[in-house]
Amino acid sequence: MVTMAESMLDIINVRKSYGDELVLHDISVSLAEHEVKVLIGASGSGKSTLLRTLNLLEAIDDGQILLAGTDITAVGVNPDKVRAQIGSVFQSFNLFPHLNVLQNITLAPRKVHGVSKEAAEANAMELLQRFGLADKAKQYPDLLSGGQQQRVAILRALITKPKVLLLDEVTSALDPILIAEVLSLIAELKAEGMTIMIATHEMGFAKRVADHVLFLHHGKILEAGTPADILENPRTTELSDFLGALRDAGRL
Amino acid sequence: MSYQPSPLRLQREAARRRASRRSTLIAILSTVVIATVLTIAVTGAPGFKAVKESFFNWHYAKSAFPHVLSGLWLNLKVMLIASFFSFILGLLIALARTSHSPLLYPVRILATVFTDIFRGLPLLLVLFLVGFGIPGLQFTWLTNSVVVLGTVSLILTYSAYMGEVIRAGIEAVNPAQRMAGRALGLSPTQTQRYVVLPQALRKVTPALLNDLISLQKDSGLISTLGAIDAIRAAQIDASLSFNFTPYVVAGALFVSLTIPLTRFTDWLTFRQDRSRVQQGQW
Repeated sequence: MVTMAESMLDIINVRKSYGDELVLHDISVSLAEHEVKVLIGASGSGKSTLLRTLNLLEAIDDGQILLAGTDITAVGVNPDKVRAQIGSVFQSFNLFPHLNVLQNITLAPRKVHGVSKEAAEANAMELLQRFGLADKAKQYPDLLSGGQQQRVAILRALITKPKVLLLDEVTSALDPILIAEVLSLIAELKAEGMTIMIATHEMGFAKRVADHVLFLHHGKILEAGTPADILENPRTTELSDFLGALRDAGRL
Repeated sequence: MSYQPSPLRLQREAARRRASRRSTLIAILSTVVIATVLTIAVTGAPGFKAVKESFFNWHYAKSAFPHVLSGLWLNLKVMLIASFFSFILGLLIALARTSHSPLLYPVRILATVFTDIFRGLPLLLVLFLVGFGIPGLQFTWLTNSVVVLGTVSLILTYSAYMGEVIRAGIEAVNPAQRMAGRALGLSPTQTQRYVVLPQALRKVTPALLNDLISLQKDSGLISTLGAIDAIRAAQIDASLSFNFTPYVVAGALFVSLTIPLTRFTDWLTFRQDRSRVQQGQW
């Protein structure tokens, strides 16, 4: 099926609840290869939960998720095999504090993908070099700035050449200078053709890199479209309220 | 132009020096006063002369020292072997108790029961049960050596303690770390091995060292089974001379053995606390 090959990720009628609270309400979205999709919405709108269902850190109640045409939510699928093909980066970096930068980055290639230590390290050094972090290779995460830590976390997710990169509010814990560092790295990944889904509050960045923007509200996709559509011509009151709040906070 | 400290700074530094001189003086004075009071209280006791003669006799100290020292060598060996195996067994107990694998369910139950029993039983009772009970079973292939059985008792008790310490360490690792490991595609076992356990052991190293200090001291209890360790050697000498000085010698040797370990533990704890403060995690 030629059409399926183009679609990297298909989220079909995904539903998820915590107890009585419905946190994802029949979500259907597709992410094409090389596409960058940005999720916006208030805290608690379901952005993070959606991203966490995609790498199977959260089990869905109903629906299906296809990764490059394969149902990863089918019974009997090994979640480790799925996660090995998806890169995930979190708001709080979650680098391993007992490992240095190089060890952090090479852990998954060595232990999950069976790459030799030498090959993994050579590969990691090349990545670090490209993103200006080569001098940090032997340092422990504690000694890095937040922006450096987050860039290392992104490289750690990237080194295994994932099919999709999931970024969950990766700049929320950083100050503006560090945010710029991280965002320029993400922009570079887009230029290289990475398929990315991002949850973010950085609207300026969304406008710059997103092919599509989704607005989530109480677990539903209320609006979807190009950045210009969403950010300049909101059709629902929920979205215009949300954008208004951002504008008042000086973040738009 | 070179920097000239302002009068304000000089004034502040002078005040700080005065304050520090004053605290030193107060510390010296209070030490002298307390030491004097203690000395007078002890030496003034009606039985002081007799106690001094029977506990602090230089002649008996000298004659007992070689025996007690060779006994201490046994304590040291027992302690090293027992701490090694207690750690290994404790680690296995902690891993079993924190695993969620259905396959390990019986092992988990076993580990819990083991911990409950050997943390609750007084060490002396374990020593008696193992030291006298096992030879009583009369298995010809099994050793009757009191040293071996005493060491086994120590391992049983201390592995239960260490298991709990390590388990607490595993549970204290931020769950986000485990999640990050799983998100990379590591299996639960790999996540435990490469992500959680190294951090857990680092966190509990001071607590484990504390158990080692305690184990070092409790290795003296194997004397109750008849093993000729430092305490038993002292007892033998004391019963020959009717003088208790050999016990004091043994005590002094035990203390001198634990002090380096205690200081090392303090230093390690201090270093960990400092790095935690630097990272802003109080």
